[in-house]
Amino acid sequence: MPKDHGIGASSKRREDVRFLTGRGRYTDDINLRGQAYACFVRSQVAHGRLNGVNTADAEAMPGVIRVFTGADFEGIGGLPCGWQVTDRHGEVMQEPGHPVLAQGKVRHVGDPIAVVVAETYDQARDAAEAVVIDIEELEPVLDMKAALEDGAPKVHDDLTSNLCYDWGFVEENREAVNKAFETAHHVTTLELVNQRLVPNAMEPRVAIGDFDPGTEDSTLYTTSQNPHVIRLLMGAFVLGIPEHKLRVVAPDVGGGFGSKIFHYAEEAFCTFAAKQLKRPVKWTCSRSESFITDAHGRDHVTKIELALDAEGHFQAIRTETYANMGAYLSTFAPSVPTWLHGTLMAGNYKTPLIYVNVKAVFTNTVPVDAYRGAGRPEATFQLERVIDKAAREMGIDPVELRRKNFITQFPYATPVAVEYDTGDYNATLDKLLEIADVSGFESRLAESKARGKLRGLGINCYIEACGIAPSHLVGQLGARAGLYESATVRVNATGGLVVMTGSHSHGQGHETSFAQVVADMIGIDENMVEIVHGDTANTPMGMGTYGSRSLAVGGSAMVRATEKIIAKAKKIAAHLMEASPDDIELKDGAFTVAGTDKSVAWGDVTLAAYVPHNYPLEEIEPGLEETAFYDPNNFTYPAGAYACEVEVDPETGKVTIERFAAADDFGNIVNPMIVDGQVHGGIAQGIGQALLEGAAYDEYGQLLSGSYMDYAMPRADDVPFYTVDHSCQTPCTHNPLGVKGCGEAGAIGSPPAVVNAVVDALQRAGHTGVTHIDMPLTPSRVWSAMQG
Amino acid sequence: MTKVTMTVNGKPVSGEVEGRTLLSQFLREGLGMTGTHIGCDTSQCGACVVHVNGQDVKSCTMFALECEGAEVRTIEGMANADGSLSTIQQAFQDHHGLQCGFCTPGMVMTAAALLEKNPKPSEAEIRDYLEGNICRCTGYHNIVKAIMAASGQDVGAIAAE
Repeated sequence: MPKDHGIGASSKRREDVRFLTGRGRYTDDINLRGQAYACFVRSQVAHGRLNGVNTADAEAMPGVIRVFTGADFEGIGGLPCGWQVTDRHGEVMQEPGHPVLAQGKVRHVGDPIAVVVAETYDQARDAAEAVVIDIEELEPVLDMKAALEDGAPKVHDDLTSNLCYDWGFVEENREAVNKAFETAHHVTTLELVNQRLVPNAMEPRVAIGDFDPGTEDSTLYTTSQNPHVIRLLMGAFVLGIPEHKLRVVAPDVGGGFGSKIFHYAEEAFCTFAAKQLKRPVKWTCSRSESFITDAHGRDHVTKIELALDAEGHFQAIRTETYANMGAYLSTFAPSVPTWLHGTLMAGNYKTPLIYVNVKAVFTNTVPVDAYRGAGRPEATFQLERVIDKAAREMGIDPVELRRKNFITQFPYATPVAVEYDTGDYNATLDKLLEIADVSGFESRLAESKARGKLRGLGINCYIEACGIAPSHLVGQLGARAGLYESATVRVNATGGLVVMTGSHSHGQGHETSFAQVVADMIGIDENMVEIVHGDTANTPMGMGTYGSRSLAVGGSAMVRATEKIIAKAKKIAAHLMEASPDDIELKDGAFTVAGTDKSVAWGDVTLAAYVPHNYPLEEIEPGLEETAFYDPNNFTYPAGAYACEVEVDPETGKVTIERFAAADDFGNIVNPMIVDGQVHGGIAQGIGQALLEGAAYDEYGQLLSGSYMDYAMPRADDVPFYTVDHSCQTPCTHNPLGVKGCGEAGAIGSPPAVVNAVVDALQRAGHTGVTHIDMPLTPSRVWSAMQG
Repeated sequence: MTKVTMTVNGKPVSGEVEGRTLLSQFLREGLGMTGTHIGCDTSQCGACVVHVNGQDVKSCTMFALECEGAEVRTIEGMANADGSLSTIQQAFQDHHGLQCGFCTPGMVMTAAALLEKNPKPSEAEIRDYLEGNICRCTGYHNIVKAIMAASGQDVGAIAAE
């Protein structure tokens, strides 16, 4: 029987009621008394020398309060980068400045040059059109390989080249890997593009700066996944405001997918301008603006080689990747193609030797950073595609080739620096074959054929590292931050609890699932537990939500804090019942003395904590509030297997997803309904990447796919119902809940399944020369592939 | 500035607007009704769908002045008279048809309009009708399921839950 409450129950989401009735409170819903409105003037060219900005006409327009330019920010810090990669030769990466408003040059379409602040939104927009910009256009740097050639124009004049870093991993294995390829029985090579994507959370970014002249406190309301991180980065590195004078609030946030992790110029601008003008300043991003300012994702060009022995055992993997950084280093950009990508190149398989080379390149495009999966989808895609290709070349069934190479003993130390604590890849693959009804494929194939359609089946596995991250480890890898999480549990006198978490919910349903955990631990109703997040003024220092970390790291902090609460409450209960604390048991919200019928209710103990008339004051303090910080000692490793069945129209090349199944091992599950939903959404984003989405630049550096008219978002009629299962559970061995994280899996596991399926369909139809098609698999690309 | 008068969720309202003021802008800024969301600027995403004289429209594609004298219904007017969730709203909660909630007002308004016209839509009809509403979180699975459930159809056989 499914549970109806606590850990393991599909509790309905409490946050839904406000969202369904129009009572959510998103940042753009906030309006402060006396607020002014900001409109950014942005570069319309990809690369140029900024010779002048004339604001005179704009300043004379109705309602204009002030026009800001780069000159206002000359003495102010630039946007910091939170990760420093060390290259193959032991040198640190090249790290260019990233001004709030352009200084001397513009480096991508959308680069902010000036800002008009006016009494109304429309007045600010009207005046922005009157700002005159004098730009001398320069040749744009767009193609990554051309950017590294001698004599290529430079994005940053003060750097030696457009190369951010040339990273080798594991550099010491390089020669051994090369040797393995020289002696290999078979080598499969695949060159591919993991195309640039635009994250497109449905809520565009918003920032509102506020300043209290009385206390000299600054407040920023922003669409962020991690308000404490923004407070630290913006306060310490950009504006010079100490944490105790700066509050950052991220209220209801309409999706993030990584794009709202980063510190953006608009946040710093609004906070700065509010202080200058002594009134609130609000900026609301339009969708068109979001396309050219939100950090993009992916954009890797890769060559992967897989060496196999005669039986199909993997001997070595060698990859060379060009990773686009865009024009500046976004907050965590350097970590994505390196530590979030190279460390996953072992996948689910025993491959003794792996060498990953990544060249990160500056170009005149929007900065690229983490997007759902961040590095792990890129690793999974190339690995699972090259395995399929190798299977075909060697005449081995692709499922059997995977099984033959599965890691089956845990813990398992990979040759790329991580240790998988637990897993069962055969179990998820077996489950997948069952739920995808793979045995029925042949009859569905025949039925498709009868209708004149091609049909294909694609299967792949994936593994990811989440629960980000052990601070000591990421510190060695270049992180300029710790990646623990925090929680304060406050028990009120009448027994209700408030959990103040450093995690942030922007769709994940923490207000429900976190409450389930605490209620389960104490044995009380979930409605007695309130989850507070998103405001640095009332939550402990936390690192926020990304990398499928909230339950694994933030939930663990909450469990630790609740354990402290229970330990203290037991002492109080022991005092009330005149027993030893060691004999006290807590069950169903009541404290009992083992072996007796003595009992006190949860509420009696919490009341005693705050009305300590009969209380062991000499031993413990009054009150019942505890904080815990949790720093994981390893990543978590969700893994699974995905299957996609497609039909291809041989006349047009149009691909339709007919069936999609996912079998995931997320360890223990708190709310199965929410987990299903996370996987569904990830799969749709993966299908979007595989078939529809792509950020396309023209030769001048203009973003061609700059609105929903041109950037093909997956819509309801592009996707089917999905079959998802998470009954295979190997609990994480190192966090108290045994959870692994589920937020990114769908987006990581699904793109190769779709592409494998399309290639399979074409191969079955006799197009044996088609071994790969680059994403997105648009009708024209698929049709062209069929023409040879 | 011109005065505009309309009925929103059964209440007469009026305000001073510019000719270029969009209905979505008037609802959010003029009336402070922030349940209607703005997710794009090309009338593609559908987060701003409301009903005007019973017809579902993207409120970013109408000027406020075009709604002079109109009956407008927004997400704030969708709950039952006693404040409880209506059938369609309840189905979205029961079947986890929303995550971040940003597209949700438009989804609910579009779904309600569909069920007015077609009380028992098929899966394909629902997916087709939702073509103008983008959701980035749910992969649409549970939205489609919720709409089928709201129309009284058995969704027990739909994969995964």
